[in-house]
Amino acid sequence: MTRNGLIRAGLFFGVLITLPFFSTSQWLTNMFIFTLMYVALASSWNLIGGYAGYPSLGHAAFFGFGAYFTAIVFTDSVGYGWSPFLFLPVVGISAAIISIPIGYVAMKTRADVFAIVTITLLFMAQTLAFNMHKLTGGAQGKGIAVPSFDPATFGRPFYFGMLALAALAMGASMYFRQSKIGLSLSAIRSDEDKALGVGVQVNRVKVLGFAISVGITAMAGGVWAYYEGFVYPQFAVDPLITIGMVLMTFLGGRATLWGPVLGAFILVPAQQYLSYELGANQFYLLAYAAIFLITMLVLPRGVIPTISDKIWLKKKQREAQA
Amino acid sequence: MAEKEAKRGAGMSTLLKVNNLVKRFGGVTAVNDCSFEVQEGSITALIGPNGSGKTTAFNIITGYLKPDSGTIEFDGKLMAKPTPSSIYRAGLSRTFQQARIFPELTVLENLVISSSFGWKDLLGTRVTAADRKRGMQTLEEFRLDKLHDLRAKDLSYGQRKLLEFASVLMSDPKLVLLDEPTAGVNPVMIETMEKHIRDRNKAGVTFLVVEHDMQLVMRLCDPVIVLDHGSKIAEGMPEAIQSNPQVLEAYLGS
Repeated sequence: MTRNGLIRAGLFFGVLITLPFFSTSQWLTNMFIFTLMYVALASSWNLIGGYAGYPSLGHAAFFGFGAYFTAIVFTDSVGYGWSPFLFLPVVGISAAIISIPIGYVAMKTRADVFAIVTITLLFMAQTLAFNMHKLTGGAQGKGIAVPSFDPATFGRPFYFGMLALAALAMGASMYFRQSKIGLSLSAIRSDEDKALGVGVQVNRVKVLGFAISVGITAMAGGVWAYYEGFVYPQFAVDPLITIGMVLMTFLGGRATLWGPVLGAFILVPAQQYLSYELGANQFYLLAYAAIFLITMLVLPRGVIPTISDKIWLKKKQREAQA
Repeated sequence: MAEKEAKRGAGMSTLLKVNNLVKRFGGVTAVNDCSFEVQEGSITALIGPNGSGKTTAFNIITGYLKPDSGTIEFDGKLMAKPTPSSIYRAGLSRTFQQARIFPELTVLENLVISSSFGWKDLLGTRVTAADRKRGMQTLEEFRLDKLHDLRAKDLSYGQRKLLEFASVLMSDPKLVLLDEPTAGVNPVMIETMEKHIRDRNKAGVTFLVVEHDMQLVMRLCDPVIVLDHGSKIAEGMPEAIQSNPQVLEAYLGS
């Protein structure tokens, strides 16, 4: 990582780590928990949807898997309240292992077909959640024991949980960019058949990328379930979650480190603000879509790539003049 | 001429052997009982009229298409279930007619990605110092070194063809299949390309070239294999091929 990159990341996480100690306002903490959750989700989606160019619409299935896994294990007791957080690696690794055969089969298809194949995964997971009553409680949902955190700062552990996942997802993103995994995934996005013909281990890299991506998504589902305290099929395996992570990545810029982060920081507050302003109906979704459409019309490749290209061009022009 | 004869006589071994390949697309037989050999150290040309099955044969040899029947032997081994990856790793690489490079990667990264790294390297640094050194060496040879940090999509068409050629050399292949290396590039670039093919051939790389520029084929290649309607109709020295009545008929029609 360059020096500037380190400073940027240091500032970003420095501010976010100290933030809860300045304000304990409920709604602010709540909004940041969801913003950071979507930073983690969009950044993890970007690993496969951005770098590899495989637009998965099935990530919410793994989000739901993480949510239910956590809920089922911690229905009766969460001890002092930390165990569900410590359990997250198990959730992530389980999701990653389950995703290997799924990814292997789904990634035989590409582009729009892949999107459709993966969205069936989402509906399959939702149907399973509705119908496996003994395990999931069906439509009645599944509750998690309530931790005995101090009510004044109740959101804080969840905030830090989501912050850690955001850091993990961004770290994975950074690692992808700087390793041959990222190089191989970029080659696959550019021209997969050509990549096969120059000995890139296409299948392995794709499946590995998919597994890491959905592993992080599942962990976010775990923290989310714990924070909500109750898991219902229609909210845990929600198309809106998939669409959220995709939109944020597109908005901020695919295949960049900061794009998904920026996307989450724009869209989540916008969504919360609009749903507050427009009241308890679905009109906020229209406004939400409008924000997205206008940005994409003005900056079709997303905010970060468009701006960084402009900066790069300016720099080259200055060099040419000098 | 004497030199060419000597080379042919020196008991060269067969590097690539194509046995009775057949490939049908629906009712069209693109490759029809096609057999030929490429001798180690040669620059063999594969010519023929449009639609004679040259590119289809290339695609089968490099594992992109499954033949309906027939086999490929490379370097003395039968390639049982060839895939593009396994073929590349075995030392047989190719370029494409339309110069396929990775437009989003930089020029240097295009070389690094083609250098056939292993499972462990995958977890390592994107472009290591060793990758850079090796890549830059090749880029210097092709006079692309000044462009190394440019995205490949910013190159001209001719430069892309050079880059694709340079990149498939990164795995130290024994045999390189070039699909129309000079199609659509300017005359100076044709000479450059020819020079690079000769240089690499001297360094021990065998070439199989599909090419429509007959002057280039006559200057560069020996032997020349002629395909028509998916099978071999003639093979020999360029001079002999030029006056072969069957070849003339295939090209001019009758």
